[in-house]
Amino acid sequence: MRLSNVLKVAAAVALAGVMAGGMPAAAQELRIAVAADVTSIDPHFFNLFPNNNIAEHIFGKLVEMDPDSHMIPGLATSWKAIDPTTWEYKLRKGAKFTDGSEVTAEDVKFTIDRVPNIPNSPGPFTAYTKAITAVEIVDPYTVRFKYASPYPLSPNDMSTIYIVSKKAATGASTEDFNSGKAAIGSGRYKLVRYVNGDRVELVRNDGYFGEKSYWQKVTFRIIKNEAARVAALLSGDVDAIEQPPTADLVKIKADPKFTVTSKISHRVIYFNFDHLQRSSPFITAKDGKPLEKNPLLDVRVRRAISKAINRQAIADRVMEGQAIPSGQLVSDRLFGYVPGLKADAYDVEGAKKLLAEAGYPDGFNLTIHGPAGRYVNDEKIVQAVAQMLTRVGIVSKVETAPMAPYSSRASKQEFSFHMVGWGASTGEASSPLRSLLATFDPKKGLGAVNWGRYSNPKVDYLIEQALQQVDDENRKIMLQRATELAMSDLGIMPIHFQFTIWATRKNVHYIPRTDEYTLAYQFQPAKEMAASK
Amino acid sequence: MLVFIIRRGLQSVVVLAAMSLLVFVGVYAIGNPIDILINPQADQQDRERAIHALGLDRPLWAQYLSFLHGALTGDLGRSFVHSTSALGLILERMPATMELALAAMLIAVIIGIPLGLWAGLRPNGVAGRTIMAGSILGFSLPTFWVGLMLIMVFAVFLGWLPSNGRGETVDVLGVPVSFLTIDGLRHLVMPATNLALFNVALLIRLTRAGAHEALLQDYVKFARAKGLTHARVIGVHVLRNILIPIVTVVGLQFGSLIGFAIVTESVFAWPGMGKLLIDSINLLDRPVIVAYLLVIVTFFIVINLLVDLLYSALDPRVRLTETKG
Repeated sequence: MRLSNVLKVAAAVALAGVMAGGMPAAAQELRIAVAADVTSIDPHFFNLFPNNNIAEHIFGKLVEMDPDSHMIPGLATSWKAIDPTTWEYKLRKGAKFTDGSEVTAEDVKFTIDRVPNIPNSPGPFTAYTKAITAVEIVDPYTVRFKYASPYPLSPNDMSTIYIVSKKAATGASTEDFNSGKAAIGSGRYKLVRYVNGDRVELVRNDGYFGEKSYWQKVTFRIIKNEAARVAALLSGDVDAIEQPPTADLVKIKADPKFTVTSKISHRVIYFNFDHLQRSSPFITAKDGKPLEKNPLLDVRVRRAISKAINRQAIADRVMEGQAIPSGQLVSDRLFGYVPGLKADAYDVEGAKKLLAEAGYPDGFNLTIHGPAGRYVNDEKIVQAVAQMLTRVGIVSKVETAPMAPYSSRASKQEFSFHMVGWGASTGEASSPLRSLLATFDPKKGLGAVNWGRYSNPKVDYLIEQALQQVDDENRKIMLQRATELAMSDLGIMPIHFQFTIWATRKNVHYIPRTDEYTLAYQFQPAKEMAASK
Repeated sequence: MLVFIIRRGLQSVVVLAAMSLLVFVGVYAIGNPIDILINPQADQQDRERAIHALGLDRPLWAQYLSFLHGALTGDLGRSFVHSTSALGLILERMPATMELALAAMLIAVIIGIPLGLWAGLRPNGVAGRTIMAGSILGFSLPTFWVGLMLIMVFAVFLGWLPSNGRGETVDVLGVPVSFLTIDGLRHLVMPATNLALFNVALLIRLTRAGAHEALLQDYVKFARAKGLTHARVIGVHVLRNILIPIVTVVGLQFGSLIGFAIVTESVFAWPGMGKLLIDSINLLDRPVIVAYLLVIVTFFIVINLLVDLLYSALDPRVRLTETKG
């Protein structure tokens, strides 16, 4: 008798709990394992992918990106260039920070002023704000950015800047953001707890102006070891993981309890050639003697290398199908893609012929350099390329190193032929063109990552014109021309666009993104997905 | 005794200074952190500005001198990537690593010494031989592999234990510890066992060898002749005598447990200092690397000192002044 009473009470309490929450709390909790460490919650301290991934949840931006890297309204409902050097943004009325105050033009101005003034920032966001010469507040819901010269990329830039609250962030240090005190945003989630190196816990912001996320509580677990990440998914400790190793995909796919989702990324994997007039450091004649002339200066040699590489085989075998071969800088969904521009077809005979024409009928010796553990299967790609080049007579050795020492050496032109990757994070072709293919010029801020030192005045001219061309259609044509020209020179040699991969439990579905972000609000319960189909 | 401790202290300062200089030069030689830290979209001016902001444009000796200056006042610099105090970061992570290392050492002692004693008392029995064969596995299997196998078996197939991470913590004297909660213990068992494995094997071998040797000694025969019980002979006379090398090894191994925890922490995503070190090395976060190594070296120095002191307490024949450090 007593026992049954207890049970009744327990049932009633449980029922009340369920009704109060609408749904059992556990069902609306999402646990995600991410691959890299979040170093700070301050959204302007360090422009680092994992930090931005968290900031995407907590902070709003004027311009958001949809899963295909197309710009959509965020805190700004519309934007336009009122003259070539002035952009006007109309702010959303009623968008609120989580402390209840409204997002106004004051906060936007404060944010733009804050970005270049973060002490000790190892990677500032200034690339996206420094072209702004003045921020003009027209009224609380209208803000204008002045630029020194015609500037088409203002909205693209604004898709990377997280708007902070002037009230909460004035005088706030990075620690204040990490503790949550200053981490007041207008995004879909609020920060609950940030445990350095371990986890970030978020709770849904029910005051968010747009469509609310399904998940009430979200935990990002930081699990860098890829085997451990897979184990966490398999054991049910997390609901979703990013970047499962490609070697494990077959096994995960075969298991009916899990789903694998992937999408082409905005990241192109490419090789740099040494374009300097010198005896290239890692190229020797077949007998081991140094070559006076750098053979890579001859476009026929570069073309021969490109023809010698079987990109499809790399995509199919090395990448387990998680890549698409490419002969250009951005994929077909992004602005500036050149329709019909394909990579060189795999052609061993053609490659040998070109090498003979260039005066290297027997080829030469080459050491190829590549990063280890930075891009998906990076070492394996370099090894595959070395084998393919050896087949046409360019006897290749491989040296790889972790990204830190590798990038230091590559940026000092210490290599002859080396692999890198580039993510077009602004979602269009000017990003790789200006950084990778424009002539290295610190004064103009061009060619900053042009590690091979490719230089073609015609390409430079087109890029510089495009960067000032506010008309979208004209700019697109200029970017396409610049790409065609640089690719016919083989200034750099694209290999493929890698896919970003997510693995989830069957009851969770992810809407994948080209920008590689793992965003809680893009996860949906699988049942709802089925219903909406 | 006092002279001994003072001399030790002075030697330690020299060691710490030499180590910090080595690490400083070493990390400098690997490359410029800005190359890897800065977003590739940044142009050359942004790079210059970031290099200046972190003080990396100054000559190495100037950077080292200002580090020394800070270190003397207890400030080991700010992390490049976290923008918080490097020492603070390490202290924040230290409880997790200490807990893991202590748990592992506890497991090693609880399992290793009795098994070793057993094997030593019955060297030719089936149990003794099995224990010795098992200890070979403990020595030879790589930690990361055993860790992954533990996860596969106990988390993935059986689903008994969580696959990784640290469980719920409670604060004890301001230090977050997880061994007082059920969830915390469940998370702790696998990584601690994984980390303990090598030391279990080590202690088995050490105890067995010691016991084996001690049983042949005259004092054991004498004790038996006096009619003492078997348990008293083993538990008091034998154990006390073989404890001296064991204490030395346990002490020294504790330092390496903290150091080797790196592998276990990576496999089990345990948020300890080792994981912080790996992350910092990958990002060339020099202040954290230097601070971490300084902390670890300090640990070793303190542990060695404690072992020496304990040694003299256990064995009255040992005089610390004679050891010359």
